[in-house]
Amino acid sequence: MAPPASRRSGHSRRAQYGIFTGYVIAAIGALAGAILLGISLWQPGSFSGLRTTAQDAVSPVGEAGAAARTESQGLFETISGYFRAGSKNAQLRREVELTRIRLAEGEALKQENARLKELLGLTETQQGTVAITRFIGSTASSTRRFGYIGAGRNDGVEPGMPVRSGRGIVGRVLEVGRTSSRVMLLTDSESVLPVRLAREDTVAFAEGRGDGLLRIRLINLGINPLKVGDVFVTSGAGGIFEPGVAVAIVNEVTSDGAVARMISDPAATNYVTIEHVWQPVALEAATVPAETPLPSDVGGEASLQQ
Amino acid sequence: MMDQLNPRARRDRYGSRINRDHSPLLAYSLPWATIIMASVVPAFFVASAFPYFPPLGLLVLIGWRLIRPGLLPIWAGFPLGLWDDLFSGQPFGSAILLWSLAMLVFELIESRFPWRGFAQDWASASVVTMLVLLGGAVFSGAQITLQLIAGMGPQLLLSVLFFPFVARVVARLDRLRLMRFRTIG
Repeated sequence: MAPPASRRSGHSRRAQYGIFTGYVIAAIGALAGAILLGISLWQPGSFSGLRTTAQDAVSPVGEAGAAARTESQGLFETISGYFRAGSKNAQLRREVELTRIRLAEGEALKQENARLKELLGLTETQQGTVAITRFIGSTASSTRRFGYIGAGRNDGVEPGMPVRSGRGIVGRVLEVGRTSSRVMLLTDSESVLPVRLAREDTVAFAEGRGDGLLRIRLINLGINPLKVGDVFVTSGAGGIFEPGVAVAIVNEVTSDGAVARMISDPAATNYVTIEHVWQPVALEAATVPAETPLPSDVGGEASLQQ
Repeated sequence: MMDQLNPRARRDRYGSRINRDHSPLLAYSLPWATIIMASVVPAFFVASAFPYFPPLGLLVLIGWRLIRPGLLPIWAGFPLGLWDDLFSGQPFGSAILLWSLAMLVFELIESRFPWRGFAQDWASASVVTMLVLLGGAVFSGAQITLQLIAGMGPQLLLSVLFFPFVARVVARLDRLRLMRFRTIG
């Protein structure tokens, strides 16, 4: 392919100046980008207004796209489901029987739990669902993992609120627009979540690695009790997430913990619920210095005892 | 007795050459419109726990830049990068900086190797895309770990393999861009 003629400005002063000005503007553009990047790395929330406005504008289109995405996922699953249907059916039947038994056991535990809580006089603080909405999509090519949901300030969503799907924790709200919000997914490299082993009381942190997996770091180092297939649930520490919600399943055991896979994979997530922060007072307490008394009284006492 | 004239004699690939002309609006707006679309659309169809999707906005920008040099001004990286930053999840300013630099790099490559074929275009596009992705990871505010870089492997490979397809699509769009839609006289 021949070189473009526009490069050869010849003796025309006008063309020469035009090309030179182009280079100058491009260099200024790059410099402005560097400055803006510096500002947003220094103060991460500085351009959130612009971003959320843009996201609000396009999110109605996104909801249609999300429907197409989850439906196409379902299609692939249906096709793959036809292979080995018979053996799978038998296996599923066995699993259902086992699950029924476990469910009954779970009910019994729930009742016992409620009775014990009554004995302790614990009161459940503000809980429940803020909004149910569609999970629109996630950042496509950036190394940061953010999701977009179709509910915002108008629906009562606030930054910090936990986001979960039917399967488990998805992430937490980071920026709130008028009708859409940005969610930090669990696999984002800045995300840290306190978790607990579902079968015993081993506590750990689940950190996003940025490559789609979670790194489980045990708090008490010693003999590593983890096995492949272990399920981690939220521990409730930190006060944001309600305890006992599924988070991750162990994929590979390492010397100081494990590498785990997120249970609620965003690709298969269609609808999510946004919930209230589990213990707002505990969160507030974490930001107040130890010597100053907390602004709120009774609710704070009860929730801090846990 | 006259032979019938070939009915396609007065046409070329852009339509009839008589009484028709290019639409300036389409000719100048289509590249910008497609890049703007390509920046936004992937976020709606992709939801994944790790980044594997190629940076479509950047690939379309490179496609237009290489197929029609001089159609997009050298400073096009600034406005288009600004738009991409609104949707990409990167810290604001990262695409402005990286896309502006990418446009300057292509200018440099073009002045150094003026006669080029598709192989060279693909090679330069691949190198620039990989550098932009790695630069994006550095500027993303995430801690750079071995796993993070290893997790980007599929994305880097996909971006390289995706470019010829994007280049074909942009070439078809370029044909649409220069269709003679406007009737004169």
